[in-house]
Amino acid sequence: MTVAANPRVSFGFRPDEPPPEVLPTDAVLDLAEARHESGIDEVLRRLDAELVGLEPVKTRIAEIAALLLVDRMRARFGVDAVQPTLHMCFTGNPGTGKTTVATRMADLLHRLGYLRRGHLVSVTRDDLVGEYVGHTAPKTKEVIKRAMGGVLFIDEAYYLYKVENERDYGSEAIEILLQVMENNRDDLVVILAGYADKMHQFFSANPGMQSRIAHHITFPDYTVAELEQIAVLMTDAIGYRLSEDAKSVFHDYLQRRVEQPWFANARSVRNALERARLRHARRLLAEPGLVGLAELSTIEPADLLSSRVFDQPSIEEPR
Amino acid sequence: MRAAQPPEDERDNKSKEHAMRITQGTFAYLPDFTDEEITAQINYALSNGWPLSVEFTDDPHPRNTYWEMWGLPMFDLEDPAGVLMEVNACRAAHPNHYIRLNAYDASLGRQTTALSFIVNRPAAEPGFRLDRTERANRTIGYTTHAYATDLPAGDRYAVE
Repeated sequence: MTVAANPRVSFGFRPDEPPPEVLPTDAVLDLAEARHESGIDEVLRRLDAELVGLEPVKTRIAEIAALLLVDRMRARFGVDAVQPTLHMCFTGNPGTGKTTVATRMADLLHRLGYLRRGHLVSVTRDDLVGEYVGHTAPKTKEVIKRAMGGVLFIDEAYYLYKVENERDYGSEAIEILLQVMENNRDDLVVILAGYADKMHQFFSANPGMQSRIAHHITFPDYTVAELEQIAVLMTDAIGYRLSEDAKSVFHDYLQRRVEQPWFANARSVRNALERARLRHARRLLAEPGLVGLAELSTIEPADLLSSRVFDQPSIEEPR
Repeated sequence: MRAAQPPEDERDNKSKEHAMRITQGTFAYLPDFTDEEITAQINYALSNGWPLSVEFTDDPHPRNTYWEMWGLPMFDLEDPAGVLMEVNACRAAHPNHYIRLNAYDASLGRQTTALSFIVNRPAAEPGFRLDRTERANRTIGYTTHAYATDLPAGDRYAVE
């Protein structure tokens, strides 16, 4: 389409903003000031306070933040800064905070001025892959359009590609994704998440995807001390607290639970706390009497000790 | 329908190809929008919570209300980039059609198109002819006839 030349300023149009001044090559900029203005420190501080552990993730986020800031300063000297590719892949065991970080990432990249909106569209295979021929492309495109300006988070991304079925529509969705990841780099950030081994298989089957993702971030398992911190944050969030005795019992509980099968890091902690809440409520009702706020919101050792985890002999007996 | 006045030196027969720039929808009297200006309008529609849809046609008649849909209306969008992507896809497929963007206001009490403007038009728009029909008792009926519709659909506005 030909764009009409617009020599006169039309009525009701805002006048064009003058182009920003390009600094001379020998000028100097104050890094500390630019850093302060961008609010990076505030973002990173909040991330540190609200997310326990996850050192590799925090390091990578700090690096990205620094790069975006440096790019912005280079742009003031007139150096053409190509937008960096920020598609990411999160791998890690269940409950290590992949989804939580993805939500944060959208907000964070928005604050850093990389994304225009900073919303998160979280999808799985069902939302991308169609049910019949010709259904996949519009479906995938619709999701992509919704995610533009923000982050498209594909959970369990390896389900997109099914090795055993070559007529699976998943590969069509992958194709469209690849195209958008390349052409609309400025419009959206794609984050894939999944368990490490399955993601590895997924990438070996789709080498194009592997090369278009610049950041592969591995989420480590939490240590027991970190899980305890998480438990404190979680109980705070739901208006409960653990009594001092209950804290040491919970430490014991975690040490046993980590060794057992189906341990899902922070998710297991949340489930344990949910069950403790139930037992807590039942214990309160069992002993009629007067209760205050302290009793209503304090989880005692008894609520934790009746857990099945304590029935089984610990691996490192005797404790 | 009002013909845009061509500049003085072009007002002869050879300039009849842009004799009639059709003016339907909002902004039709303004110069064609650039992509940035279209983006700003999409932004405005989205900020009001109006989903947008792309439609195209090669029949310029003012009573031709229902244009062909280019895909489904786009719901739940946050950012104009997605809409502009569809506009550009439609332009690539139909470079010589009229393409418009509709923004629909679904709020109770309105439930109608809130904003509609043309984002693409053929390079040459032949315009309309007024047909007069003699009827009983020397009355005359009038019809607007689009020259473009003399050709079958799809062949109108072909690139020369």
